Amino acid sequence: MTLADVVAGAILVALNAYVLLGGADFGGGVWDLFARGSRRTSQRDLIERAIGPVWEANHVWLILAVVLLFTCFPPAFARLAIALHVPLSLVLIGIVLRGSAFTFRSYGGGREEERRWGRVFAVASLVTPVLLGVVVGTIASGAVTRLPTPYPGFFPTYIAPWLTPFAFAVGLFTLACFAFLAAVYLTLEARERALQEDFRRRAIGAGVAVFIMAALGLLLSHQGPRVGGGLVTATGIVGVSAFAALWGRRYRAARVAAAAQVSLILWGWGLAQFPYLLPPDLTVARAAAPAVTLELVLGALGLGALVLFPSLYYLFRVFKAK
Amino acid sequence: MSDLLAARSQMAVSLAFHIVFALIGIAMPVLMVVAERRWRSTGDPVYLDLAKRWARGTAILFAVGAVSGTVLSFELGLLWPRFMELAGPVIGMPFSLEGFAFFTEAIFLGVYLYGWDRVSPRAHLLSGVLVAVSGAASGVFVVIANAWMNTPTGFTLVDGRLTDIDPIAAMLNPAAFPQTLHMILAAYAATGFAVAGIHAFILLRNRTSAFHRHALAIGLLVGAPAAVLQPLAGDIAARHVARHQPVKLAAMEALDSTRAGAPLKIGFGVEIPYALSLLAFHDPHAEVKGLDAVPPEEWPNVPLVHFSFQVMLALGSYLALVGLWATWLVWRKRDVTTERRFLWAVAIATPCGFLATEAGWMATELGRQPWVISGVMKTADAVTPMPGLVVPFVTFTLLYCVLGAIVTLLLYRQIVRSPGA
Repeated sequence: MTLADVVAGAILVALNAYVLLGGADFGGGVWDLFARGSRRTSQRDLIERAIGPVWEANHVWLILAVVLLFTCFPPAFARLAIALHVPLSLVLIGIVLRGSAFTFRSYGGGREEERRWGRVFAVASLVTPVLLGVVVGTIASGAVTRLPTPYPGFFPTYIAPWLTPFAFAVGLFTLACFAFLAAVYLTLEARERALQEDFRRRAIGAGVAVFIMAALGLLLSHQGPRVGGGLVTATGIVGVSAFAALWGRRYRAARVAAAAQVSLILWGWGLAQFPYLLPPDLTVARAAAPAVTLELVLGALGLGALVLFPSLYYLFRVFKAK
Repeated sequence: MSDLLAARSQMAVSLAFHIVFALIGIAMPVLMVVAERRWRSTGDPVYLDLAKRWARGTAILFAVGAVSGTVLSFELGLLWPRFMELAGPVIGMPFSLEGFAFFTEAIFLGVYLYGWDRVSPRAHLLSGVLVAVSGAASGVFVVIANAWMNTPTGFTLVDGRLTDIDPIAAMLNPAAFPQTLHMILAAYAATGFAVAGIHAFILLRNRTSAFHRHALAIGLLVGAPAAVLQPLAGDIAARHVARHQPVKLAAMEALDSTRAGAPLKIGFGVEIPYALSLLAFHDPHAEVKGLDAVPPEEWPNVPLVHFSFQVMLALGSYLALVGLWATWLVWRKRDVTTERRFLWAVAIATPCGFLATEAGWMATELGRQPWVISGVMKTADAVTPMPGLVVPFVTFTLLYCVLGAIVTLLLYRQIVRSPGA
């Protein structure tokens, strides 16, 4: 394993944390949008309480992944930023609207205003994961290529590569995963039984959606990379375990299984396209920055982790321990 | 509008927007911590009220700062992919460190905002201190990366590629110290005076409110020393620019031709003889390089750079004078909260620090043009090949205008609702 492989692994770790933590924040917004029934206000309050103290920190994982990418794999970052300018810009608009609306909402502007910001927050939470998934799907399908010459025009260069059924299937799959994670976590956040049951039902529903979207993705995956059989089996096993745990109301076990399931999916993608960072031609090794940069960044990551993990542990212990 | 101009405009709008929230994010935690510390030591509930209200304001400003910062980390690539491809391995280091500083800031801001009843008093105060320290560290790391664009070091340029990369040497580039010092002081001066100014304005109408008197005092405590020290930091920065970025200095001073004993232009055609040489090199007869040192195609937009620089100088000097006035009043044991003329001066200072920072930033960024990395890469060669960049420029500008208006409205409402307003 080379230094570049280690850094690529670190990027995947950061993305993994972003998916498990930031992804669940997006999922929370989705459930805010679909809050229904007599308990819809308590559902929304629960979501807000769960996200409030941690979402700023959860969000930084994405920045870390981006920074590592442009520092350690600059040609990949440049190619990605050129080819996926449009969907990435849309993701950014989603992130801006979602983050600001979440804070504006809790600013005491009265019920009506709170509702309006809540709507912006929820819709942005619904759309942004789809676009993030589209970006991942486009990378996986090998459509982030060098600029074609001669220039074939705006649409074929900047729109067509990501406007594909496969990319959008991955987008919807991402949304389903985020909603699934959020619902599973919320069963543990809920204090009252009825609320817990609400999110248990939602978790099971979202889990079914994850399976349907995964099947659809596989159907369309002649555009995508091949995932190893062992990993597929493992993902399937934890997926079924998550269902079983939800069914038996063993919420702690469900949380572990759900997080493992989504993580395995992410690593499955990473391993499937290894050694390519951007298939079909840009490998991790070829995109890597000089060794001195990689060494220093890994050193910084080590030192940073020494500060970061105890701090994160403290944050989650203060707000998430029962 | 050309794609290059659209990309530059979008970057300018994004940075101009983010910079305000970044400054507040650096300095506001200090004010919160001081207020909380005073509440813990005096038991005066007004300080607790102040700390909580400031924390509330900081929450919203930090959130907008965080998302606009996220936008910037992507925009570096979306707009300038060739620049990032070239520079990433050299200046990625401060960005990586900034990532961890930002993590610390976000984590402990969460503890501070939501943890009033969940952690011990000591842990709560310490969380606030950590937010303040990591906020300043974030600012330092980001400005170091910008300083490298002004005075790039830590590589050898061979056929347009950077070899022999030394990221540590790049972080220690000559502009790093003067620029970070200048920017961190700007954060404290701008935010401190903005807070003091708002409360001074209210005190002019309601002179007895303990809430606003305490707020004014803490705002001045943070803002005034920084504003008084800023001219010294500015002097260090100016002498640095004279040595390492002579074209930028020539543009700032609109100095056409290289000359010894150069005068300082202070606007409206007034010149102080020898003053520029004196300021730039601490020697009245020193030679100062003019714009004629490089061909005209390598000149920045001289009128704009000159104007921005003058605006920064004027506003910064005003803040420094008000800061000195405050120091004098405190030294003479006079009550700063009842001197009406002083309160007016502080109220007028409310926006000055932010405007000065924006102007100073324009001077340094526009003054580097046409280069994105001085002497290494032209801005025009860094831009994305994607056409139609006017569309994202207009979109993000509208988005930021709306956000700015909403934040202003929400903060205004909070100020109006404060006790005694």
